[in-house]
Amino acid sequence: MGGNTFAAVALHGVSISFLIKGGVYQAVARTDLVVAPGEFVAIVGPTGCGKSTLLNVAAGLIAPSTGTTEILGSTLAGLNAKAGYLFQQDALMPWKTALDNVAVALEPQGVARREALERARHWLDRVGLAAFTDRYPHMLSGGQRKRVALAQILIRDPEILLMDEPFGPLDAQTRQIMGNLLLDLWAQDRKAVLFVTHDLEEAISLADRVAVMSAGPAATIVGNYPIDLGRPRDIAEIRTEPRFHEIHKAIWAKLRGEVQKAYALGEGKKS
Amino acid sequence: MNRLTLLSLQIAVGIVLLVLWHLLTTIPVGAKPLLDPFFFSRPLDVLARVWKDFYSGTIWRHLGITLTETILAFVTGAIGGIVFGFVFARGEIVAAIFDPYIKAANALPRVVLAPIFMLWFGLGIWSKVALGFTLVFFIVFFNVYQGVREVSPTILANARMLGMNERQLLRHVYWPAALTWMFSSLHTSVGFALVGAVVGEYLGSSAGLGYKIHEAESVFDVTGVFAGMVILAIFVIVIDTIVTAIENRLLVWRPGTQTTTAQG
Repeated sequence: MGGNTFAAVALHGVSISFLIKGGVYQAVARTDLVVAPGEFVAIVGPTGCGKSTLLNVAAGLIAPSTGTTEILGSTLAGLNAKAGYLFQQDALMPWKTALDNVAVALEPQGVARREALERARHWLDRVGLAAFTDRYPHMLSGGQRKRVALAQILIRDPEILLMDEPFGPLDAQTRQIMGNLLLDLWAQDRKAVLFVTHDLEEAISLADRVAVMSAGPAATIVGNYPIDLGRPRDIAEIRTEPRFHEIHKAIWAKLRGEVQKAYALGEGKKS
Repeated sequence: MNRLTLLSLQIAVGIVLLVLWHLLTTIPVGAKPLLDPFFFSRPLDVLARVWKDFYSGTIWRHLGITLTETILAFVTGAIGGIVFGFVFARGEIVAAIFDPYIKAANALPRVVLAPIFMLWFGLGIWSKVALGFTLVFFIVFFNVYQGVREVSPTILANARMLGMNERQLLRHVYWPAALTWMFSSLHTSVGFALVGAVVGEYLGSSAGLGYKIHEAESVFDVTGVFAGMVILAIFVIVIDTIVTAIENRLLVWRPGTQTTTAQG
């Protein structure tokens, strides 16, 4: 990795349109977004604003209609091989044990199976699942499955982490535990992170910078807010700090308008 | 209802039916019993015949042949179904072109093929295997086809993001997904393999359980027919138990009724 002067992720003038019944729907319009190496950026925005779509562009899962994506200085074509992607839904292979799910992530890199299993064991230990290596995904709780998914991504040592509301389906306590685990792991080798969430408190407590997206259609980033809270952080405790509230207030002032717009549009569609 | 009560009730139903059958065929009402034993036989006679068949050892050869046919029909049908299911699921164009023919072939009652198979493959085991094959093939084919096409898009996207190439996707995602669907139809397809074997034997052969039943039928030996049916039923239960055991072993990863879920 060392000494990259390039941005980890740089989106330039990205627009994304979908063909829908009776026309074209522009989800995202002319959006620029830069994530520096080692930076933790969270994107917040109202439901359906296209923040996950933007993330999928950074992952190479969707090609933008216009604009370019640069990953560590080179233009992205096809899938982003430098990134690990943590999905909101369950993405583990249900027919493989926790250990096999993590170990298989090394196969594309040509790592021998024995070594892969050894490293997978080590990673499951790091995410606190040493005792669950032989469990199949359905035998694990939602939080445990997310831990396995995290290990599956981190074992490949990607330079960029893309996360699509990864802790969305979890209960409040589990979310905090997972948030702290993520920060612990991230602090060890500071990868660039692009984290999508609709939960502003989660965004502030995790990130170095929060980007606010406007309501769709033609959504774009309408504000960047640096989070000058110290590290290491504890997700639960940081929420009681006065500075946290100041930041929250500032961002919410912007976000609230967008949420209301999205809500009004949603109501309009229904009637 | 607890297990014991359920089991005793299940046994009670069987006993009542057997006793009823016994009474109706032995107790004379007027001059004759209500059910003529010539047409309905008697449970004890059937039992004695089954015992004799096993004791004298004549049945083993027939069982062996039926079993061989069943296994061959299942294995060839399953392999064919998996291969074609895969090819069709991954190749949209191939699937579209062959779609009407697949549907037509599947709609055809397979029994009408039995005489043709006998012409082609003779009266030995291969005409029965062919009949069983046509039955098993379509079940496995449709299941694998669906299994491959309905792989969760998230699992697929995740596997791609992990850097898997086509071959690795096939091995770690498509193949297990297809196998799941194949195994979920395992009971049905093994059952149909047996149907193919027995029906084939029944229609023309010189050995096997179907042949035994047909032979007894042609000389109005109703006891022999019932004995053949009882042996066939025992055979099916044994095979089904084995299939269930295999299934439990292979699908251990599937969520069952008893899931242990820890918090964390």
